Amino acid sequence: MPDTAPWYQTAVAVLKRHDIRLVTYVPDNVLRPLIEAVHADPFFTPLIATREEEALGIVSGAWMAGMRGILLMQTSGFATLPNVIASLAVPFQIPVLMMVSERGTLGEFNQGQALVAKTMRPVLDALAIEHHTMSRGDEVEFILDRSIRQAVATRAPVCFILSPLLTGGKVFAA
Amino acid sequence: MSFAANHPRHRNDAKVMSRADLTARLVARLHHEEAVIGGIGYANFDLWGAGHRPQNFYMLGSMGLAVPIALGVAIAQPARRVVALEGDGSVLMQLGALATVAGLRPANLVIVIWDNGAYQITGGQPTAAAAAADLVAIARGAGIAQSAWAADESDFEEMIARALTEDGPWLIGCRIDAVKPVATTERDPARIRDRFMRGIAVGG
Repeated sequence: MPDTAPWYQTAVAVLKRHDIRLVTYVPDNVLRPLIEAVHADPFFTPLIATREEEALGIVSGAWMAGMRGILLMQTSGFATLPNVIASLAVPFQIPVLMMVSERGTLGEFNQGQALVAKTMRPVLDALAIEHHTMSRGDEVEFILDRSIRQAVATRAPVCFILSPLLTGGKVFAA
Repeated sequence: MSFAANHPRHRNDAKVMSRADLTARLVARLHHEEAVIGGIGYANFDLWGAGHRPQNFYMLGSMGLAVPIALGVAIAQPARRVVALEGDGSVLMQLGALATVAGLRPANLVIVIWDNGAYQITGGQPTAAAAAADLVAIARGAGIAQSAWAADESDFEEMIARALTEDGPWLIGCRIDAVKPVATTERDPARIRDRFMRGIAVGG
């Protein structure tokens, strides 16, 4: 995949290479091109959940039953997850893959998003979860590919943060 | 024809039964390596007490996720029946999962709710089910058409027999008493997960 491909096309290619078929999500504007690409490709089983905890439970069950998955969400959704990461994914050694669209920074207009965004990396660090922020198109392939390998090999969750530098973020109306 | 029509219309019309006894009756009917996800607390204590099976998964936290975990297993292994055992307090915590199940209509998923109207393990504080909420009505409203209260033990056994053989999703509500389980689940998450995966034929 050339570096000039949009981030979501690179992501689709890496997910397919690692046989990650189940894509659960709670919708987000920035994730929309990835969500649409997943729905357009019969390789994937897309699944919309009512909340992120539920989505984490679904991908955990599916992984234990032999089907790999990923959970897509925005920053505020991640903030609802610490309990289930700490009591399900980590102790049971389930490599839950998470991809978070980073809201609340670099031009945010919603104060609630801005504050909740500040909790994300401290929570990931407190839980000792491997996390990587993707800012440039040319690093998406390497970060996703290597980190998915590591997550599976070490049975540990991993979180990919999509910076507005990569995605353009959410632009508010003038 | 309607599944609901032959069963108690309301929570208050269902017989109050023993969770340990019903769990044992359920386990006795599992002959095809069905997966069972035991929700936190007494739901999985009694599952453990009914005799360990390698196809049992025991939660140790993540309250409310028995149905989502079971749904994930059901999606990944459509040929296997998957049963979620969950208390009323836990179901109330993750009601959205019922709507997700209804939308996906997994034919191999069976949800059993143990409803004693109390957060029993924390001292018996009443849940919303004790006051007014009818979880079977909520499930039906969420779109799980084959949702019903078990009238009594024999009705429960008939419902389970049907849910294990005919297309779901199924939701069986059971009024249960406040008797404490005699067993306590072994609490080693890595071991629980590894045995479960081997039990459902996924290499460790």
